[in-house]
Amino acid sequence: MAEIRLENLHKRFGEFTAVRESSFTIRNGEFFVMLGPSGCGKTTTLRMIAGLELPTSGRILLDGEDVTWKRGAERDIAFVFQLFALYPHMSVRRNISFPLRLAGLPRAEVRARTEAVARMLRIDHLLDRGVGGLAAGDRQRVALGRAIVRPSAKAFLMDEPLGALDAEFREVMTEELRLLHNRIGATTVYVTHDQVEAMAMADRICVMNHAEVLQIGSPSQIYDHPATRFVAGFIGAPAMNFLAAEGALSPGARTLAVGGTEVAIPETRGALAPGAAILGARPEHIRLSDTGTLRGQVFGVEYMGARQLVTVDTAAGRLRVRAPNTARVAEGETVGLDFVTARLSLFDAATDRALPCGPEAGGAHG
Amino acid sequence: MAEARLDRVTKRFGATEAVADLSLTMADGEFLVLLGPTGAGKTTTLRLIAGLDLPDQGRILIGGMDVTALPPAARDVAVVFQQYSLYPHLSVYDNLAFPLRAPGRRMPPEAIRKRVTEIAEMLRIGHKLKNRSTELSGGEMQRVAIGRALVRAPNLFLMDEPLSSLDAKLREDLRLELKRIQRELGATIVYVTHDQVEAMTLADRIGILDRGRLVQLDAPRAVYQRPATIHAAQRLGSPQINLMPSGAPGLPAPPPGAVTAGVRPEDLVLNGAGVAAQVLAVEHLGAETVALLETGNLRLRALVDAHSPVAPGTPTQVAIRAGAPVWFDAAGALIGAEGA
Repeated sequence: MAEIRLENLHKRFGEFTAVRESSFTIRNGEFFVMLGPSGCGKTTTLRMIAGLELPTSGRILLDGEDVTWKRGAERDIAFVFQLFALYPHMSVRRNISFPLRLAGLPRAEVRARTEAVARMLRIDHLLDRGVGGLAAGDRQRVALGRAIVRPSAKAFLMDEPLGALDAEFREVMTEELRLLHNRIGATTVYVTHDQVEAMAMADRICVMNHAEVLQIGSPSQIYDHPATRFVAGFIGAPAMNFLAAEGALSPGARTLAVGGTEVAIPETRGALAPGAAILGARPEHIRLSDTGTLRGQVFGVEYMGARQLVTVDTAAGRLRVRAPNTARVAEGETVGLDFVTARLSLFDAATDRALPCGPEAGGAHG
Repeated sequence: MAEARLDRVTKRFGATEAVADLSLTMADGEFLVLLGPTGAGKTTTLRLIAGLDLPDQGRILIGGMDVTALPPAARDVAVVFQQYSLYPHLSVYDNLAFPLRAPGRRMPPEAIRKRVTEIAEMLRIGHKLKNRSTELSGGEMQRVAIGRALVRAPNLFLMDEPLSSLDAKLREDLRLELKRIQRELGATIVYVTHDQVEAMTLADRIGILDRGRLVQLDAPRAVYQRPATIHAAQRLGSPQINLMPSGAPGLPAPPPGAVTAGVRPEDLVLNGAGVAAQVLAVEHLGAETVALLETGNLRLRALVDAHSPVAPGTPTQVAIRAGAPVWFDAAGALIGAEGA
């Protein structure tokens, strides 16, 4: 298993900078997810780690060894593409063992490794069945087995492996991948644009946009303490609400003027001119409340099973509120809104960066 | 707008029954969503209503009139597909006006202008009317495609996953707008999707399809709380409903005939009284946390508060909220469906 270190990794395609001066370390045994919109540089970074792309400058170290100029095949890294394609005319056993037979491994070893992987994925009872008649979940496990069967890989690199699946199976496979990782503990670098996948699987998430790394942290750190407004908006569905402040923000202030009222905020050491602050509030951190001073009219109520999503038009804009499914609220109704002060974020409108908030930031529930 | 009805409709492709003996009434002004995985028969149903496919058996009625033998154009329905098909050489305005300029309509230009502007404002593309349709973003193109259906005020709107090619944020916005516009226009919409969130948020009633058969037709809340079958129970809710044998520890006494119990992940309570379990994995989804548990040979998913102290590899106790289980018989059908 391996630690992967990137030092000032930079990649240009002609005039276009795909990855800008990236430096970070992927720890031995961790499930590391690179997340961002398409074109942000996440796949290019992965391809450089795999040796499929050479950096313009910078270094890649695998367990301390500089592999920047080594070919992909010399890196002991397994690259996993989308997981859906199986050889339809082959049995489960032959599908899984395919990469081993291709590599010319001795038959006894092929057999032993194939069976070990099948047991790990709980499909050992299906080994001699054709893949044609399998349930969709089992088919995906076979594909996953084929991806991980390769011996001696120091790390697994995965590029949107679940991208082609129906939402329902994606959920199943997300869990399956994570459980598998818990069992084998191989360093895994996983690229996706889907924040739900990232949150569900990652030990740490690396959020990228426009060729730059914006934040690296555990899912809860990134969700609770986003470093920039982009990160805050990209993680979480429905997205965080952003409210433009009217008044100034002075150091130590405990309230901010928003939508014609005062909203209590976490203590911050930052200071900003009038109109230069943005308040960030996630839908679950706004509550419907008769006493709430920010008032608005309900634009829509969406039932979502375990919860409902209430959209409210206020003087500070259209806000989304996540309410329990028992709350009785109707379209057109006027409601008051309360904020969960300790969970709010503040951003500098000019730089989009988060202001350091409150003494409790990071420590209270970490 | 009009009521529409499928009366015992069957459609076969070779040996497969894509739609099997389907009877379904769409009320005037209703937003009806057909939900099911790929191959459930939902798109075929839509095509049968539109007249793009002909049924092998059964009748289709729109506004009380039997249209089974009528060609698509004579049915006065508007269809929106997943892939927006706009006229690339025309402006947004001309794309929207196109259906109104059809030879048979003889709509005066002033009335066309009024209608197009009205619909464009509603869909928030009023400022883009002069743009070429190729100069729009994906979301704007799909708004134009929806707008082109809406300008016409047909008997019925048929929509086949119209939002699925859009990114998540845009989908959220358009979802809400579509629902609101449907109400304002009093439109009858049949909407096909495999996305359960769309189904729950848009529908007045959801029709759950399973291999060509209608399993349940009910309000979203009713399908969620009282699913007619195990199949229906699994179509709504994320994470999926937990299924366990009716005698599993922690469950109340099952009603006669019960074989399987279904318990929603939000109805499992951790770290109090209850059955001993092991936490296998924890997914921090931000607003909430999913804990995967193992108890005996059962795997259960619990939906807990975002900052609950659950950690993988630790023991816990799991209890089932009183009144939560729904019970299914050996055939997978809900027990006590009438007693709801």
